[in-house]
Amino acid sequence: MSWIPTTDADQQAMLSVIGVDDVESLFASIPEPLRMQSWDIPPGMSEMAVRNHMAELAARNTVGHTSFLGGGYYDHYIPAAVDALSGRSEFYTAYTPYQPESSQGTLQSIYEYQSAICRLTDMEFANASLYDGGTAVFEAATMSARITRRNRIVIHPSLNPTYKAMLHTHAANLDLEIVEGDDPEGAACVIVQNPSFHGTVADFTALAERCHAAKALLVVSFYPVSLGMVKTPGEMGADIAIAEGQSLGQPLGFGGPYLGIMATLKKHVRKMPGRIAGETQDSEGRRGFVLTLQAREQHIRRTKAMSNICSNQALCALRALIHLTLWGKKGFKDVAVACHSKAEYLKSKLGFVEILNEGPTFNEFAVRLPRNAADVCAALLEEGFVAGLPLADVNAGEANDLLIAVTEKHSREALDAFATALERVACS
Amino acid sequence: MQLIYEKSQPGRRALTLDALDVPTCSLPADLCRAQDARLPEMAEIDIVRHFTHLSQRNVGIDDTFYPLGSCTMKYNPKITEVAANEPGMAQLHPHFSSSPVFESECQGAYALIHELERQLAEVAGMKAASLQPIAGAHGELTGTLLMAAYHRDHGNTHKDTILIPDSAHGTNPASAVMAGFKVVEVPSDKDGTIHLETFEAMLTDKVAGIMLTCPNTHGLFETDVAKISELAHAKDALLYYDGANLNAIVGQCRPGDLGFDVMHYNLHKTFATPHGMGGPGCGPVGVGERLLPYLPGPRVVKKDDSFTLATPEKSIGRMAAFFGNFLIAVRAYAYMRHYGDAGMKEISRNAVLNANYIYARLKDTYQSAFPGNYMHECIFTALPQAEKGVHATDIAKSLLDRGFHAPTIYFPLTVKECLMIEPTETESKETLDAFCDAMLAIAEAAESDPDSLHAAPRSTPVGRLDEVKAARDLNCACL
Amino acid sequence: MTPDTLRYTEEHEWIGELNGQYLVGITDFAQSQLGDITYIELPDVDRQVEAGEEIAVVESVKAASDIYAPISGKIAGINGALDANPELTNKDPLGEGWFFKMTDVDVTELDALMDVSAYRTYLETCS
Repeated sequence: MSWIPTTDADQQAMLSVIGVDDVESLFASIPEPLRMQSWDIPPGMSEMAVRNHMAELAARNTVGHTSFLGGGYYDHYIPAAVDALSGRSEFYTAYTPYQPESSQGTLQSIYEYQSAICRLTDMEFANASLYDGGTAVFEAATMSARITRRNRIVIHPSLNPTYKAMLHTHAANLDLEIVEGDDPEGAACVIVQNPSFHGTVADFTALAERCHAAKALLVVSFYPVSLGMVKTPGEMGADIAIAEGQSLGQPLGFGGPYLGIMATLKKHVRKMPGRIAGETQDSEGRRGFVLTLQAREQHIRRTKAMSNICSNQALCALRALIHLTLWGKKGFKDVAVACHSKAEYLKSKLGFVEILNEGPTFNEFAVRLPRNAADVCAALLEEGFVAGLPLADVNAGEANDLLIAVTEKHSREALDAFATALERVACS
Repeated sequence: MQLIYEKSQPGRRALTLDALDVPTCSLPADLCRAQDARLPEMAEIDIVRHFTHLSQRNVGIDDTFYPLGSCTMKYNPKITEVAANEPGMAQLHPHFSSSPVFESECQGAYALIHELERQLAEVAGMKAASLQPIAGAHGELTGTLLMAAYHRDHGNTHKDTILIPDSAHGTNPASAVMAGFKVVEVPSDKDGTIHLETFEAMLTDKVAGIMLTCPNTHGLFETDVAKISELAHAKDALLYYDGANLNAIVGQCRPGDLGFDVMHYNLHKTFATPHGMGGPGCGPVGVGERLLPYLPGPRVVKKDDSFTLATPEKSIGRMAAFFGNFLIAVRAYAYMRHYGDAGMKEISRNAVLNANYIYARLKDTYQSAFPGNYMHECIFTALPQAEKGVHATDIAKSLLDRGFHAPTIYFPLTVKECLMIEPTETESKETLDAFCDAMLAIAEAAESDPDSLHAAPRSTPVGRLDEVKAARDLNCACL
Repeated sequence: MTPDTLRYTEEHEWIGELNGQYLVGITDFAQSQLGDITYIELPDVDRQVEAGEEIAVVESVKAASDIYAPISGKIAGINGALDANPELTNKDPLGEGWFFKMTDVDVTELDALMDVSAYRTYLETCS
């Protein structure tokens, strides 16, 4: 086989060193009755055939339409150097930095990522990343419960309904009471999202104050790209900031891999789950980085660990760091301004629909169409548009409601063409 | 090496956007951040050099032999990267799965998910698999939640305990607790496996399930597994298979046939997807008949000639927003299609051959932790060396100087001064010989010049780092 | 307070009376097993605790151990110096490295704990 280098001659030589006659003897500890009889696995394919097969499957997926689909996952431009650098195999074929002396690339990049997240959010400590935005909500909920020794988790209406569903699944057997609303009294935390799932931007400073008066925490789930412009979780007084990190250099990839961002304040850092890299030095005084605070983690604490998470999305975090660095201080703001301005422009062209958001929006907004949103999407697919997310299908609106997202990739011409097509289809 | 923030110069840029083709808008000032985020200001060339230099301070499988026990660091075939970078996969929006109106637009992805879940189930003798869990530990949590759902559904309210061997990964007990269970540890026998009578005595009515790794983290097949399964099922306790070591048995025997009810796969181990410095991984779950109705949903199902979504009637709900780490699953799928029926049977045969070859070459010099019968990994203890002041960590650091990554050390916790070596099937005899030669040379140095080992590593970008300082001073960000 | 006047638990904690309050810490054996201590999470002052309740955690680089209340009572104070200098517990576990002090205790509960000779015998079974 292509990826197994052992020849028959090698095998014979190795077996004779081991002192057995055949490979079969090495499996003697598996009792005979337990051996596999047969399986239904197709024959193998050459690399060339695999490549063609994958291309065929990919061709049955639609990409390349002018798309306004968002809902927490956005089609932002990924700079070329993100792929080139994160594709270096010294990064992607390495594992967890168990041997820090041979893993300074991994560890320094995690430290720099943590720094970027702190600078983005105005928080004091970030971990090396969690799985994704949805599991980050769950981890923030249990972290809040540990800190406050309370078990009520309050979900604000702004939160992504999928995150809500995931929280219920993950916490099914834990002693957590999950309620909806914004009352921090007696709660471990209130979890809000900014911008909201429907795209509305809010300032949660007053809620943070109410939370702290009630000795509860405020958890803010943010949209990373929006922080090029929008008031930060730190500025609002959040105790824990979390995010779906997809918009920072991760391809949409039909749902993953992404990364879950988590940051907090110094006073809570020891209750934060996940890996954390820290700076130190070697015996000659050279700067170096290690995983630190590991005593909180599952391989040491086992049943008492802060979480069962034993990895991080390190390669995704590296991509996020490179993405943020390539745009830089000015470029990252420019992307946010472009997303917002183009969304406002599109809004201005949609006078024929009702905008459902009650406040300002960043790059995404909900509209009520004169007819069924899914039908409109179906008709516009024919014209090369993915019009947005029909909100009824995610239990976040009525049948005619559509969520529309705009990014820096949309040109004015594309927005004009879409507005025209939408008016024609929706109002016919 | 300097931090990227220390290389920043005010006003320098890498990427720029086109001039804005619509009027510039801003949010009201009270909704805006006070200051721009202090991200680096650098030219692209300097960014590229920074990360290139960082990569050169790292070691991956493409650089050298990486025999981390229990991690299955096999070669990550390049064709699988090509597959995942197909624009039709990489650029596919996940919300296409949120509305039936877009179902026709992601049929290729659905076909892949459906066939990969089928093949994963088939490889392990399970009835079905779900790609939702995002990593191995997330798969464990999913599996334990499935067990909890089964017992809740069957009125087994008294079943609140999971039995886990002391040799298990720390994630097992941590996951079981997150699923609401109490954990009781089963001690390993001297020979490194579960002692049947000890187990039987611990198997009370309260036991909801048992989590086993097989072969276990001692590299040994649990020869009594069929009996364990029989005893457990007689008490309506469920058997969980931790797929960490599936590489040892793939194509030889199947967890489902051994009596396991639920399991997770580590696609980043057995199915060769890159470890990515610690993640992203992919940890699908497989289930047998008993847990089928509870699988996470929605699931891809076949309807006539196309694919659609359906949620099992008693589903535990969503573990992931969509279908887990899809692009990692794409890589595993390409890998499995390349190997196919005959090829996948060669994986375990060669992985076990390689581990036993290393064992045979080292066993007269290093003390084996157990009396042999190793499968895909072999376990030594450096206790004899430690008596002379050379510890497992010194051996590991000395391997770095000799151009190899170190084995797993100090795990499992059951073996003192543990050295856990897993070569995988993708290494040549020459590589294994070079590694064994290095190990033998280190053993000799431990006798003749132990100080040289204490000083290791000297060839790496930094020497041994002060972990106590890192934990006490706690500098985790350049603010 | 001298080692001879303290009482000991099987978890290698000590408790001793000083001016009407009961100081609690870990023994020299415990600190040597942990290695370099990096952080000690101490209980809230004024908290009522039950004997055997987990109320603190001591962390080193490679280990974390729970600290249990040796007897029931109220946490009257904690050793604030440990926050910046956890190594005090390594250097002087029975002195400057104490963890917290308790009041409102039932002194009869101390009888259930080991005296120094019983603890020394117990230590021989621990290594």
